[in-house]
Amino acid sequence: MPVEPPTAEPQHPAPLTGFLRPDGRKGIRNVVAVAYLVECAHFVAQEVVQSFRGEPVHLVGFPGCFPNAYADKVMRRLLTHPNVGAVLLVSLGCESFDKRGLEAEVAASGRPVHTLTIQERGGTRKTLAEGIEWVRWALAGLEDQPRVPMRWDELVVATVCGGSDGTSGITANPAVGRAFDTLIGQGAACIFEETGELVGCEFHMQRRAATPELGEAIVQAVAKAARYYETLGHGSFAPGNADGGLTTQEEKSLGAYAKSGDSPIAGLIKPGDIPPAGGLYLLDVVPDGEVRFGFPNISDNAEIVELIACGAHLTLFTTGRGSVVGSALAPVIKVCANPDTYARLAEDMDVDAGRILHGAAGLDEVGAEIVALVQSVAQGRETASESLGHREFILGYKAFEPIGPSCLPIRRGV
Amino acid sequence: MNPASSATDPRLLLLNPADNCLVACRALPAGEAVLIDGRSVTLPRPVGMAHKLARHALAVGDKVLRYGAVIGSVQRPIAIGEQIHTDNLASDYLPTYTLQDDARYAR
Repeated sequence: MPVEPPTAEPQHPAPLTGFLRPDGRKGIRNVVAVAYLVECAHFVAQEVVQSFRGEPVHLVGFPGCFPNAYADKVMRRLLTHPNVGAVLLVSLGCESFDKRGLEAEVAASGRPVHTLTIQERGGTRKTLAEGIEWVRWALAGLEDQPRVPMRWDELVVATVCGGSDGTSGITANPAVGRAFDTLIGQGAACIFEETGELVGCEFHMQRRAATPELGEAIVQAVAKAARYYETLGHGSFAPGNADGGLTTQEEKSLGAYAKSGDSPIAGLIKPGDIPPAGGLYLLDVVPDGEVRFGFPNISDNAEIVELIACGAHLTLFTTGRGSVVGSALAPVIKVCANPDTYARLAEDMDVDAGRILHGAAGLDEVGAEIVALVQSVAQGRETASESLGHREFILGYKAFEPIGPSCLPIRRGV
Repeated sequence: MNPASSATDPRLLLLNPADNCLVACRALPAGEAVLIDGRSVTLPRPVGMAHKLARHALAVGDKVLRYGAVIGSVQRPIAIGEQIHTDNLASDYLPTYTLQDDARYAR
């Protein structure tokens, strides 16, 4: 799907605003990211972040001491994400993470970056003090950065579902699908994911692929996911899904699939691949090769982190049973599918899509409400999870092969 | 959402004309009378909100259709109006895991 030429009609104000980065991308938040590079540095990094409660200082990190190309790529993408304005790396000192490579990549992106190595700095207390001082300096530098006009085709929106039940696939998910269609029509890139939750939908998706070769790649990606989960002995299906009225993996899949809307599928990407243009993309989250490192995504936030690593500025999270999570680095908009859940957890929710079940609204109306909310959140409005202080983050081990030539039939942007 | 045909209860959703299941918009107790394709049916079992019930009688091996797509195979005969769930429907791909079915997690 070609990008509209950048003719921001001068008679209309820009639909969005963002923070301009040296690479030309724009962020909708201006965050100082504090990253631990092994679990052994997690506490010190966390203590730095906790000194800035209520300020845009977010904790991310990777717990493993063993090197992993996937985690390396995801960390590089996260710390050069357009929502990130400055980066503090906290290292123990003896871990294998390539901190110098990461630091160099962040520096090359034009962001302030600083690395503190606990073993060299003299322990917990000294590192903490230096970390706090640096973050205070970095925050001051970001404080006066103005927002500049931003177009829809500069926005990347992701969707996930979590705590799905029988309402998800008939209210929130198709409403997000309508929102995706509108956003894509405006030029945005939209990403849906979890090939393991699309088992049973592969031939439907194949028919929507931009080219036959891409369609074949999608079918293969879902077959890979089905094999992977079969080896592990579990589908992507939790007991709460069944309590909520879902009976089988393919039923859950069909409901999840409704989030993708009706647009053609422009590409199949893997974690850390940034969509080259507007359109609809499927994120393949299931590792390649033999089954290693356990379940592909042990919880919803692992998927959100991968979507952010693909450049997503914000995530539309549909939930039936009622998830309360947010995320570090990028806002999460909670679309509640189930009217009973909304009544219980209203403070944690942004959109009441369950009213569709009682005939109080239609899919188009809720879809339009979601688009309007995306626009105001992109302008700085806090989501429910942001205002409650949610900043979940999780990153584990995986192994991927690079995507093949058929996966992005559209030309890559510069 | 398209409402079910006028001859079907407004508390039940027909998501696709090809479907052989209906989705309950609210919890319905056993003994409740509902209208399915112009026919009054007394629910043999309670049906939870967003759970499915059979649009017509289903036999072992029948495929259940939702959104016009197959969501699994019938394991036991299902009467019209009866809830369709893990006790009478199974995935054609992967087994469904529930807490109740697994003694390791039972209390």
